[in-house]
Amino acid sequence: MAFAAFSSTTPSSTTDPIVRRRSPVALFLLLPGILYLVLFFLTPLVSLLLTSFQAPREFGDIGQFDYAFRWQNYVEVVTTYWPHIVRSFSYALTATFFALLISYPLAYFIGVKARKWPLLQSLMLVLVIAPFFISFLLRTLAWKQLFSDESFVVQSLKALSLLGPEAHVTGTAFSVIFGLTYNFIPFMTLPLYTTLERLDVRYLEAGSDLYASPFHVFRKVTIPLSMPGIVAGTLLTFIPAAGDYINASRDFLGGTGTQMMGNVIEANFLVLQNFPAAAALSIILMTVILVIVSIYVKRSGTEELL
Amino acid sequence: MRLSLGKWLLPVYSGLALLFLMIPIGYTFLYSFNDSQKSNITWQGFTLDKWFNVCNVQNGAVCQAFGNSLFIGAVATVLATTLGTMIAIAIVRYRFKFRSQTSLLLFLPMATPEVVLGAGLAAQFLSVGVPKDMLTIILAHTMFCISFVVVTVKARVASLDPALEEAGRDLYGSAAQVFARITFPLLLPGILAAALLSFALSFDDFIITNFNSGAVSTFPKYIYISAARGIPAEANVLASAVFIIAIIVVVTVQVSGAAKARRLAKLS
Repeated sequence: MAFAAFSSTTPSSTTDPIVRRRSPVALFLLLPGILYLVLFFLTPLVSLLLTSFQAPREFGDIGQFDYAFRWQNYVEVVTTYWPHIVRSFSYALTATFFALLISYPLAYFIGVKARKWPLLQSLMLVLVIAPFFISFLLRTLAWKQLFSDESFVVQSLKALSLLGPEAHVTGTAFSVIFGLTYNFIPFMTLPLYTTLERLDVRYLEAGSDLYASPFHVFRKVTIPLSMPGIVAGTLLTFIPAAGDYINASRDFLGGTGTQMMGNVIEANFLVLQNFPAAAALSIILMTVILVIVSIYVKRSGTEELL
Repeated sequence: MRLSLGKWLLPVYSGLALLFLMIPIGYTFLYSFNDSQKSNITWQGFTLDKWFNVCNVQNGAVCQAFGNSLFIGAVATVLATTLGTMIAIAIVRYRFKFRSQTSLLLFLPMATPEVVLGAGLAAQFLSVGVPKDMLTIILAHTMFCISFVVVTVKARVASLDPALEEAGRDLYGSAAQVFARITFPLLLPGILAAALLSFALSFDDFIITNFNSGAVSTFPKYIYISAARGIPAEANVLASAVFIIAIIVVVTVQVSGAAKARRLAKLS
């Protein structure tokens, strides 16, 4: 449901009517919330950073660590978990690409073509956000069951020899990427819709009046004008997808060969009680994402989105 | 012929894409009527039993988890909506130092993967020695909801016509009266939208909860844990019920919003 964060980021065109004042009231309004975020968002990140350098306590039990500067933790997690790190980002990237491919035409239809029928438009929007109202885990499990070896889908694929007799769908990279793509389509569609809904079709008409082919108009006019939506949608998909561990979990759509960073962070933190390893992996995940996001936002020229 | 094909391609595609989105929802709904025993994987026949005896399975573990989720969602929503609305008003209406730092602090939680938020909080609770229970879940949920409340309410504050409040002041309304009688009622739709969003985010959150819940069960956590050995149909019943209620709320809001817009259009 994070779409709200990005759909309203475009500055409202009405010029700021209020002369902003300095006032102690501002402090009173800001302080509680800001303190809360400092205490429960910023400090935890610092804790995480400190934890990532912790060393095992001498003669201590499992799960007992002391503050230290053990930078080797990072070397160890990268050498142990590099396949998971690569997988996280490649799966997330692939899923983001497919989600964009699937969502763009849908968002274009709702936002541009369906303008003539407001009722249809709002009905379609309700359907786009409908998945948010039913548990994310149950939806993912539904796909697992639909793709299980005994399911109608898999049996028919096997009957048509499109799938080998010994092949499985669940537990493969395909099913994990499929799950990620499915789960993030609404996150992609909504920001795309909000920019396309404001697209002035006269620009498109102007393009074709100047003898541009429909493809050319789309590439040179529609895409650049919908860039804020594309950036917001891809970020809203890529960031959570890279950290997701439900789809890749063995009880859901993944298998032993599809584990992502989220899975090993969870396992290290909650099962193995190797807190420094989990923390180091989290810091790596967050750093890579921040680097990718800042390069991406700079290159696509949509800094004002943030 | 070619033209009509091109004309129908996009609507047909969109219909299919929406259908694709609905498949797992339909599946979950359908299997809430499955006359299954322990695991709800193969179709055993239609029954309404699960809908009428939701809490009978496993001594009501599903309902216990569901109740916890409702409680956590409600408390976190009240906290996050209050804190977030205050910040939103301050950001739009006042000048203050560290403005860009404040925006960054509000943006970052939305750009941080949930595993990192969850592991970070858990690492903090661990180092301070706070035991994980209901309270830690509520603290975590409030944290990630605040930013979403701020963006949602901010848009509403920005679109507020300041002339209305000026009129209130001109008529000798005190600051408190102007806020209570003018500002707050005008902001209410935005605040309600933000509250609904918070509740939905909290209610469906699994990843952050999993790191900070200790032994406390929530509805998503219950599903995650039972996924290995099969989820009882009762979980489908509860999820479907929530889905139906949410859809009714959304459609009502949309329809009443449209009706209101028509009335306003008639007036002017």
